[in-house]
Amino acid sequence: MIALFFRDLKLSIRAGGGAMIGVLFFMTVVAVIPFGVGPDLNLLSRIGPAILWIGALLASLLGLDRLFQAERDDGSLDLMLMQETPLLFTVFVKCAAHWAATGLPLVIASPLLGLFMNMSEIAIGATMLTLLIGTPAITFIGAVGAAVAVSLPRGGLLVSILVLPLAIPVLIFGVSAVYAAIEDPAPFLPPLMILAAITLFFAVIGPVAAAAALRHASD
Amino acid sequence: MRLLAEGLSAKRGEDLIFNDISFALDTGEALVVTGPNGSGKSTLLRVLAGLLSPESGHLKLENAPPEIAHPSELSHYLGHRNAMKRELTVAENLSFWQRFMGDSPGGVGIALTEAVEAVGLPDIAHLPFGYLSAGQQRRMAMAKLLVAHRPIWILDEPTAALDAGADRLFADLVKAHLGKGGIVIAATHQPLGLDQTRELHMKGFEHFAGGLWHDA
Repeated sequence: MIALFFRDLKLSIRAGGGAMIGVLFFMTVVAVIPFGVGPDLNLLSRIGPAILWIGALLASLLGLDRLFQAERDDGSLDLMLMQETPLLFTVFVKCAAHWAATGLPLVIASPLLGLFMNMSEIAIGATMLTLLIGTPAITFIGAVGAAVAVSLPRGGLLVSILVLPLAIPVLIFGVSAVYAAIEDPAPFLPPLMILAAITLFFAVIGPVAAAAALRHASD
Repeated sequence: MRLLAEGLSAKRGEDLIFNDISFALDTGEALVVTGPNGSGKSTLLRVLAGLLSPESGHLKLENAPPEIAHPSELSHYLGHRNAMKRELTVAENLSFWQRFMGDSPGGVGIALTEAVEAVGLPDIAHLPFGYLSAGQQRRMAMAKLLVAHRPIWILDEPTAALDAGADRLFADLVKAHLGKGGIVIAATHQPLGLDQTRELHMKGFEHFAGGLWHDA
């Protein structure tokens, strides 16, 4: 299993792996917002956390469709299905590797982009923390979509559409936790805890559903 | 160990591809599946590998370790695709499969360097898999059979893209595996150069009688 984790990490940083694509997309989306909104610093700092979260959500949807499709195309998926190791664990480890390669860089890049949006230190810290807790949920939800669309040649957009409704709660609680951190009356912990609960929930449900979908997609 | 298939049939979509195929293979025996294109050879092998569920019939292993749920867990499957990543080097690919698959009870896989020597390509394990020619890629996919021990080998046209020398080399690998008490099931158009094999000739849907037995 550790071998699988490191193989997937290696693949994502080699040519065509696409680990940097998500981060570049994230930076592009957030960097153009100030040009579109105009130089209103108060407005930017107010919408900053939401923009960062939307950017991160869209960026983590990129490349999700290849999660199992690449394995299917070269026949590796067949071998993974045959092993004594439950497919569930294989899927979980693949999700973890995918998050480490595409989600973690988004978390690391977010403080820099927070500066673009004129966000305070607390807002930047809170955004980073919520992204760290929330983006794994997007990967686990996305794995289900990727598994369902594994045999479709152009499943990319379909995966995003399938996944987006389920990812909305992650976005809502992620952003509301950040606003709770910077606006005084609202408590910070409850939305953060719900966000953590969503991630844990999908960390269990996602691999189960994805494994079931992969079993039925094999032909 | 004994691999038993009883009354297997499979469908692709609505069409029955084959019907009522039964055979039994003991350790050290090979089954060669022959037949024209579209007669269901690959489908049969995918059923045996547990990748397709049969429409009827079942597959079982006698005298297998009790923790094995399906014969596929004791099988290697070499399909049309090589299951190797073009971006990784041959050595990285092989060591990944070695660690990921692990060994089945009752044997150990050989070391990576020995495996690439056994397929006759000792000097190119450091190259990315995508740089190799089709024949070299196929040989390296065979090296994958050696690095992790599995008693049953399921091979779908293993010698496609191979030259005559590699054909013989592959026949030797299969013989060695059978000699160690393995089971081999191969779909092929070319003779594999094996002596003690059974043959299953698939006739396709029109003839409907299913597989016919010949003892070679």
